[in-house]
Amino acid sequence: MSTAEATAVPAAGGARPADQLARTPGAVPGWLRLFRSELRLVFRRLRNLALLAALAALPVLLGIALRLAAPRGGGGGDAGSSFISQLAGNGVFLAFIAITLMIALVLPLAVAVVSGDSVAGEAGMGTLRYLLTVPVGRTRLIAAKYAAIVVFGLSACCVVVAASLATGAALFPIGPVTLLSGNTVPLGQGLLRVLFVTLYVAAAMAALGAIGLAVSTFTEHPIGAIATVLVLAVVSEIADNIPQFAAVHPYLPSHWWLFFDSLLRTPILTSDLLHGLLSFGLYAVIFCSIAWARFTSTDVTA
Amino acid sequence: MSTAGTGTDAGTGAAAGAPEPGSEPEAGPGAAPSGPPGPPPGPAITTSGLTKRFRGGQLAVDDLGLAVPRGAVYGFLGPNGSGKTTTIRMLLGLIYPTRGSVSLLGEPVPGAAARVLPRVGSLVEGPAFYPYLSGRANLARIDAADRTADPRTAAARIDAALDRVGLLSAARKRYRAYSLGMKQRLAIATGLLRPRELIILDEPTNGLDPQGTREVRGLIREIATGGVTVLVSSHLLAEVEQICTHVGVMRTGRLVFQGTLDELRSRGSNRVVIRTAQPGEAAATLTALGLADIRSADGEVSAQLADQSPERICRELVLAGVGVAGLDTPRPNLEDLFVGLTGEGFDVDG
Repeated sequence: MSTAEATAVPAAGGARPADQLARTPGAVPGWLRLFRSELRLVFRRLRNLALLAALAALPVLLGIALRLAAPRGGGGGDAGSSFISQLAGNGVFLAFIAITLMIALVLPLAVAVVSGDSVAGEAGMGTLRYLLTVPVGRTRLIAAKYAAIVVFGLSACCVVVAASLATGAALFPIGPVTLLSGNTVPLGQGLLRVLFVTLYVAAAMAALGAIGLAVSTFTEHPIGAIATVLVLAVVSEIADNIPQFAAVHPYLPSHWWLFFDSLLRTPILTSDLLHGLLSFGLYAVIFCSIAWARFTSTDVTA
Repeated sequence: MSTAGTGTDAGTGAAAGAPEPGSEPEAGPGAAPSGPPGPPPGPAITTSGLTKRFRGGQLAVDDLGLAVPRGAVYGFLGPNGSGKTTTIRMLLGLIYPTRGSVSLLGEPVPGAAARVLPRVGSLVEGPAFYPYLSGRANLARIDAADRTADPRTAAARIDAALDRVGLLSAARKRYRAYSLGMKQRLAIATGLLRPRELIILDEPTNGLDPQGTREVRGLIREIATGGVTVLVSSHLLAEVEQICTHVGVMRTGRLVFQGTLDELRSRGSNRVVIRTAQPGEAAATLTALGLADIRSADGEVSAQLADQSPERICRELVLAGVGVAGLDTPRPNLEDLFVGLTGEGFDVDG
């Protein structure tokens, strides 16, 4: 098959071959355009915006509740309680409290909704067949989908942290941050650590998003995919709390989620953090591969 | 099936027949240098031995050999469930064949789908868009997915496509609020976002009112007069009869007829109808001529014409002393032909 034939666009039909083919090498802008389109789809969807709004509202409510309860101090839980006892002295800690509480269910829920819906939603609506006959390219579509999921997960974490910091600053004093290891760092460095915590948690959510993307390629029902991802996350968290399963704990997707508190010590416990990031990376690679393998080999009958 | 036009291409020995499946790696960008437009090579669509067996074991398409010439308006007929949509999905690379190969515009699919599908517009199994986006935003989404489309001209091309299907005034309306006809037209507009060489429309008039059907028919005619090959699947025979030059008829996954509309008509069991006051004698003469399926009723005798000429029958009747009040060879009805090819009804084959 000659390449000349591929370019032989008949004059009939008003085709503009030169115009079309001149664009072919522009794969990078094409990819950017698809990515932007994915982002628009995710961030202009009312449901997703409502999710982000809820993520912003929770730390505000949490801050108000803790402010009202402040004289008596907190109780129960380990990581949470040490943060809560610190909160009265420093509003920055509201960010850590909010993340600790919300990483258990609310953040995974937000990521599950967007990632579970990613492919299954398009299949369910039937828009997938229109995209594929454009043709968008299956690998390209799945890459753009995953990139948008990662951006959404990061945005969700940023929304939680930003809302927490704003609420914390409004309701509590702000100043140098006393770390969990007992030493105190200036506010600027404390905020830098907040940023690192945000990125670490975003990485955790990116790994969960990969699982969601993979699940999403197996069904045409977005609700089913979303529920599956959420159930997987919760089961992993429960298993992580059963001592008899200690042998598999480090391999659970949720095991390393709470290890962001290593960032709040001096010196920073990098080995735990690196383990966590390695776990997230492996989960992302494995499940993106599953998603790709499934999506590029399956018949689209929706 | 494969045409003889292969040697006429530029001296590269391009084979435009049925290419082997997967013989082409997915073309990288820039693999196709822009050359002077050559003559239209080969047929627009060919499939050979195309077979799809779904995982449940159901044989949806069985050894299909489609041949759609360039410039044709090809009516793809068959009852519901006869495998038309599965075939169209295989043509567009949505479903992978179990066996056999597909060639679109001389390129193998799905092997070279990335290269050839931008030249193909399609509507598969009804409209499907994001309900919360406007018609224009939906087309922008489709266009953004096309890496070979020029983003600088996107807005103009989208508006032109909307204009062509008469949706420009509803461009800002959410898709959710569209009527069924508008949804269908928006789906057709995706095929018009850029110039195409081939348009594949799966049941484009499904669910449309008579005006909508007329509009779509007009649109298909207009597309075809530009030299674009059109494959339109339908079970509305009147529609096919009005716009198509070629016809393929499927039944339970197999192609039971393929050719021009005239060939289909001539294939039909043409009958000769004689009006006469002496039906008994007329029937006897027809029997003597070797005609089959002779029926007489109410001053009329009819028989299958087979390869006899009506002139000869008339002469024999007159020589036999039968008074012929009228002799007619009515054009076969497309619906009768269709039912003859596909069996009893539209919804029975499964």
